[in-house]
Amino acid sequence: MKQVGIISVLGAVVRRDLTIALRQKSEVLTTLFFFVIVASLFPLGIGPETALLRRIAPGILWVGALLAAMLSLQRMFAADYQDGSLEQMVLSPVPLGVLVSGKILAHWLLAGLPLVLIAPLLGLQFDLDGRSLAILVASLLLGTPVMSLVGAIGAALTLGVRGGGVLLSLLILPLYIPVLIFGAGAVEADAAGMSASGHLTLLAALLSLAAFFAPWATTAALRISLE
Amino acid sequence: MKNSQMNWYKYASPQNFYPLAGRLWPWFAAAGAAFALAGLWIGFFVAPTDAQQGEGYRIIFVHVPASWMSMFIYVVMAFWAGLGLAFNTRLSGMMASALAPTGALFTFIALWTGALWGKPMWGAWWVWDARLTSELILLFLYLGFLALQAAIDDPRRADRAGAVLALVGVVNVPIIYFSVKWWNTLHQGASVSLTKAPAMAHTMLWGMLLMALAFWMYSIATALARVRCIILEREGHNEWAKHELE
Repeated sequence: MKQVGIISVLGAVVRRDLTIALRQKSEVLTTLFFFVIVASLFPLGIGPETALLRRIAPGILWVGALLAAMLSLQRMFAADYQDGSLEQMVLSPVPLGVLVSGKILAHWLLAGLPLVLIAPLLGLQFDLDGRSLAILVASLLLGTPVMSLVGAIGAALTLGVRGGGVLLSLLILPLYIPVLIFGAGAVEADAAGMSASGHLTLLAALLSLAAFFAPWATTAALRISLE
Repeated sequence: MKNSQMNWYKYASPQNFYPLAGRLWPWFAAAGAAFALAGLWIGFFVAPTDAQQGEGYRIIFVHVPASWMSMFIYVVMAFWAGLGLAFNTRLSGMMASALAPTGALFTFIALWTGALWGKPMWGAWWVWDARLTSELILLFLYLGFLALQAAIDDPRRADRAGAVLALVGVVNVPIIYFSVKWWNTLHQGASVSLTKAPAMAHTMLWGMLLMALAFWMYSIATALARVRCIILEREGHNEWAKHELE
């Protein structure tokens, strides 16, 4: 009974967050359009030279995805904190880690996955070839969940704190650096004629490390914020 | 046995630690000043002029100990933060917050002296070398810790939130360091190598060690002096603290 309970609770949290988000579509779309606009600003600032754009595309798309994912982090717990349902989650007999994992998963589905899906389209604007696009998608697919997981710690720590949004970026962006390096590095390594598998493996390692520790740290941070 | 243990726990209470810190910090400050004098004397007058770098290299006596301390203090800070989180001791959190500004200061000094050293040696204020980059990220981590603690009004909550952040940071520091290192070797952009090939003269090593000890003593002295202020700020409502302030 307990075993079934945990999985179904996880599903229920994800379903609930998705339902709420899909009723206010603008929030999901804002993140997505932010990513599109940031990626489109770079050619305007740098110039339309194709060779240069192709060279800097992985970095730009990765930084853009990083900022877009961060933009939506604050919303992960804020609404639940304000209407008191977060307190109920902490009090519920289900382990808080399970509920938090559900919320992180929902955040990735809403803020991470759309970025992964739109990235190839933006990559085409930067004249990336099919192979690079595939590696870009693979690296984002491994990297965006890490952003949601690590970001959840920051979101929980800055809950209800003065100037939480800016503070969150200050706390979380330095921690995103390894993901950025290996994510953008995978595409660049492949373009340089090396294998991208090393970078992707390291990204997968970061993902499993974050998946193990981040919900735990987030739980601790939430309990502190709700004291 | 029992008795000696009791004595140690006694100082976990801010009220008992306050006078102890007050007695200790002048000694550490004096030791720091003595070590600094000895280290600077060796650094400026005893250590030989470097064959390749001339006199400019002498900034090493500040630069290297400062970057050692910047990393060491982060670990010590995370240790106190973790202790506070695990045992719910008030003093541990205060120690962590007392150490953070000193650590950030040393990180800044390391970056600043590094830039001053880099300009004449490599012809650039800044190079995207692995060590420089990870030192910069360490500064960001310190600033994040300070900003988080400053943003939370309730000191107990600020301590605990900062503790979680410091522990997450300390897990991430090696990951960041190695990722930046691999990133650097992949790019091979800067043609400057920081690895110093020639073996260091003994006097230079002694100078650096003395300066490291001086910075260490300075860090302890400032942390103790700062923790006294924090204790008074937070315990100001108690009788003993009011008495102390008079």
